[in-house]
Amino acid sequence: MTRRLILLLPLIGFLVLSLFLYQGLSLNPFHRESALMARDFPEFNLPTLEDPERRVDRSLLQTGELTLVNVWGEWCPECKREMPQLLDLADRGIRMVGVNWKDTREKGLGFLEDFGNPFETNIFDPDNELGFELGVFGAPETFLVDRDGIIRYHHTGYISASDVREHILPEVQKWQ
Amino acid sequence: MAVIRLALIGFLTLLMAGTLQAGAIEVREFDDPVMEQRYRSLTASLRCPTCENQAINDSDAPVSRDMRNHVYMMLMDGRADMEIRDFMVERFGNYVLYNPRLEGRTFLLWGLPAGLVLAGGVLVALVVRARRNASARELSAEERARLEALINRGRTE
Repeated sequence: MTRRLILLLPLIGFLVLSLFLYQGLSLNPFHRESALMARDFPEFNLPTLEDPERRVDRSLLQTGELTLVNVWGEWCPECKREMPQLLDLADRGIRMVGVNWKDTREKGLGFLEDFGNPFETNIFDPDNELGFELGVFGAPETFLVDRDGIIRYHHTGYISASDVREHILPEVQKWQ
Repeated sequence: MAVIRLALIGFLTLLMAGTLQAGAIEVREFDDPVMEQRYRSLTASLRCPTCENQAINDSDAPVSRDMRNHVYMMLMDGRADMEIRDFMVERFGNYVLYNPRLEGRTFLLWGLPAGLVLAGGVLVALVVRARRNASARELSAEERARLEALINRGRTE
């Protein structure tokens, strides 16, 4: 009898493998961990959106304060939709830094005028210099940088009000 | 009439080809055929981070274009293929490699096919050996007597 049962082993193995692969089909490939997790925020040297004469670098993220870095562009509709949530986060006293990505200065400044400006500073990155270092593949993307300038959390895509409650605020609390 | 229609279709096709060209992937000229080959194989083996299963040489997504530019500049800069791949993985993660590396996390992925072939081979060997042993086993006294009887019966009939 046990010999017969052994014959079922390949079938069981096949079913287990199928189940494993099948649940992989429902995973969203865009929800993957950033390659920069637990690494230093990359080096950069870029002007700010507000003032072309003022250049900023990594020390902007090493001030001893936890910071949310949001990559946005005027051309990006989801960035407009998530602005109320970002303003709410800024109201809660969280330091926000923007990266104006693949944009023009004029359009970027217009965007902030129209949709509000939760950012302490906006890094101006029209040629995807910092964006490439961060591995950004589409705006909006948001990085949580801890007090020592290390990337602790990464959010790809639009931040909804429930994302703020369920993901962003707990992560902020965790790394505060 | 038919001629006009044909000419119109031809004209529209040309127009469409023109617009397609505008968004398409840039053509790069290389003096060195080895460099060209390396560029081709690198851009074919790196996966576009934002597309649904496209290599960066096949995708007109902005991020793919930026990645191709980096590959090109790094090649011209004399960097090794390995360095260029590492550079991309450091930024975009293992996701961009069409051939995942052999490491702890991908051990099952690479090991499973070889493991299954090995297990199958061992199984077959075991079964064959068991059968051979069974047929070569010595007969017990009782079995020998029965065999004898059967043979003798065949002879007498």
